[in-house]
Amino acid sequence: MSRIGVFICYCGSNIAGTVDVEKVAEVARTLPNVVHAETNKYTCSDPGQAGVKAAIEKYNIDRVVMGTCSPRMHELTWRKLLADTPVNPYMLEVANLREQCSWVHKDKEVGTAKAIDLIKMAVAKVDKLSPLKSTQIPVTKRALVVGGGIAGMQAALDIADAGYQVTVVERETSLGGKMVMLDKTFPTMDCSACICTPKMSEVGSHPNITVKSYAEVESVEGYVGNFDVTIREKAKYIDYNLCTGCGACTTKCPTKVINNFEQGMSARPAIYKMFAQAVPAKPVIDAEHCRKIQENKCGACAKICPTGAIHYDDEDKVTTERYGAIVLTTGYQLIDWKPLYPEYGGGKYPDVITGLQFERLVNASGPTEGHILRPSDGKEPKNVVIIKCVGSRDPHKGVAYCSRACCMYGAKHAHQFLDKVPDGRCFVFYMDVRTPGKGYDEFYMNTLQDGAQYLRGRVSKIYKEGDRLVCLGEDTLTSAQIRIEADMVVLETAMVPAEGVDKLGSMLGVTRDKDLWLTEAHAKLRPVETNTAGVFLAGVAQGPKDIPDTVCQAGAAASKVIGLLNHDHLESNPQISRVNEALCQGDGACVNICPYHAITLVQKQFRENSQKITRTVASVNPGLCQGCGACTVTCRAGAMDLLGYTNESLMREVDALCQW
Amino acid sequence: MSMVETTPGAWEPKIVAFCCHWCTYTGADLAGLNRMNYPANVRVLRIPCSGRMNPQYALDALNKGCDGVLVCGCHPGDCHYSTGNYFARRRMLVFKRLLEYQGLEPERFQVRWISGAEAGKFRDTVTEVVEQVRALGPLHLNHELVLSGMEVE
Repeated sequence: MSRIGVFICYCGSNIAGTVDVEKVAEVARTLPNVVHAETNKYTCSDPGQAGVKAAIEKYNIDRVVMGTCSPRMHELTWRKLLADTPVNPYMLEVANLREQCSWVHKDKEVGTAKAIDLIKMAVAKVDKLSPLKSTQIPVTKRALVVGGGIAGMQAALDIADAGYQVTVVERETSLGGKMVMLDKTFPTMDCSACICTPKMSEVGSHPNITVKSYAEVESVEGYVGNFDVTIREKAKYIDYNLCTGCGACTTKCPTKVINNFEQGMSARPAIYKMFAQAVPAKPVIDAEHCRKIQENKCGACAKICPTGAIHYDDEDKVTTERYGAIVLTTGYQLIDWKPLYPEYGGGKYPDVITGLQFERLVNASGPTEGHILRPSDGKEPKNVVIIKCVGSRDPHKGVAYCSRACCMYGAKHAHQFLDKVPDGRCFVFYMDVRTPGKGYDEFYMNTLQDGAQYLRGRVSKIYKEGDRLVCLGEDTLTSAQIRIEADMVVLETAMVPAEGVDKLGSMLGVTRDKDLWLTEAHAKLRPVETNTAGVFLAGVAQGPKDIPDTVCQAGAAASKVIGLLNHDHLESNPQISRVNEALCQGDGACVNICPYHAITLVQKQFRENSQKITRTVASVNPGLCQGCGACTVTCRAGAMDLLGYTNESLMREVDALCQW
Repeated sequence: MSMVETTPGAWEPKIVAFCCHWCTYTGADLAGLNRMNYPANVRVLRIPCSGRMNPQYALDALNKGCDGVLVCGCHPGDCHYSTGNYFARRRMLVFKRLLEYQGLEPERFQVRWISGAEAGKFRDTVTEVVEQVRALGPLHLNHELVLSGMEVE
């Protein structure tokens, strides 16, 4: 037999104004299993709470109905209060007598009648609740950062500086991401290598950071505080313990492969470092193009290696380790404009290049040592056309969104070209100029003063005439048809999510938005968290942004990780789903409906008719379940129930309501 | 819009509103904070998500004396649990057809999406449903509504 205590609040005159509180208490005393009902002027005040505690003790109450304001306001307050008493904090039901009764009705008789019903419903429900206990989930005090670009490096450094171990997984052979490919960064024109490579070395040498380069996340199991992550490190064919990074091997390799770091504008050997300042500063062998590995010929690199570090029989290394938190900083790639824009030649003109190719052309360590030269014939271009929003803000061809950084790096490219080719002319075709940011609009104005000619409109066609590229377009401000004979055209193409992020997202239960970027938990209030507890986002993986915003977000994600890892244990929410194994048919309908991958099917032994049998039943992971209850309704056998909102308690609530 | 308050003695419709904690229940609280008025014929029953809404609860309510049932959740796309209201939307659509097949008037079982900011929409919805059910009169079932094959409890 339960012993229910009912506590009804005047809330000054907020409730008592339209509800006869004393009458409600009087009726409450007559309800089944109610052993005590009392009223209070302000139940949430210190004396009010002390009164509740005293009554619980005096009347030996084991469950409580609070007739107060909304549970959204004070449910937690009452749970905390009950934690100090013998009553289990989940043996509580709040009747919303203020927001949903006294404040919305004017007639006291009507308000009182409704308040009585609400109390009856709450009493009926609380009678069927059972005590719940939070479980303690241990926290593994290590973080995993997926992606070694500027976002991943910043997040890793911030977490590591707070004293926690961090592993950075990078798919390429070096840290640095896209930032290290850039020549200079707007609006300050810092040399990108000068500010990015020190970060790379810091990450590479930090005592709390382990870098796994040329590696990918293969699978993730577990939940917040306890993610078991399997990482595949691709075979490098070089023993990094022996290799000194002298680079002798790379000079002897006879193979030539297209250099992706230089955006296909130069060649590299099959044994290579991605670029001079790569971290780790040691080469790898590209097995697909190595003659020794493919055809068992050559072997020049092993012959010259002074430390015997080269092993052609190296294999992928797969390891599984446990992490408490994961930060996804998977970044972006540029949209493949070639199939989308046949009117720009669709890739058949070598002098129509992307912004990233221009970055390498203008970079002192790039394929032309910083001289702006046309890829086709190596001549210096005099007329350059820059086209913005190629793929961006163009849902018919590319994507609907703005890629945010292009207006600024477009202005930067114009500035850099006019700086390096003083007798050159630069035309920028734009839809809008968007320069919100500290010092950004000033930068754009300076570019105009440098002599860049901005034309509002799009280029409709590019075709070759002699060795020049004719660009046809319109200046929509003057309605003039424009024809420019250009030597080179730079396309500022859209950012799209990095390849493979779909697989990673579904492994972790992180959804992707309509543009396929990873989705944050709340656009404004939880911008670096995901809907999967313990998984965070930073950088362009969440949506296009520039370097300052990326670094900010990486720091924010790191602070969330530090806050999580600072706990030895997490308290789990006990209001989660529970399987009645006797009823469970093991059909897995709940497994498919769960948005958190919290339910799995397991084989379990049972005793039935004094025989041991093995059956498949559902099992709920308390660390992953968020208590939505979707599985409870989908279960055809009715084997799933939601603790705190059980079928029985809700049905009793309905029954009580029907008696009004 | 009429602000009907109940008068003692006369028949008044009884409506139960199953509201998700994150959106509609929040919207209903906001209606209170804004001191909006709506008929007292509705009792809100809080569930964590519209995806938790078991059709059995609505059957129970209608069989045992409620004149109408309202199910409310976050707008599709806004579910706190990502996908719960998508499942609710499909399930409730099929369920509504089943109820209508068994002879229930469509106005007596309604599903609406009301966000935490839409206090006015909560007030208007409640008022509208109460008036629609009032126009139909008390629910007299000549047979029990059933959901074949589903057992809860």
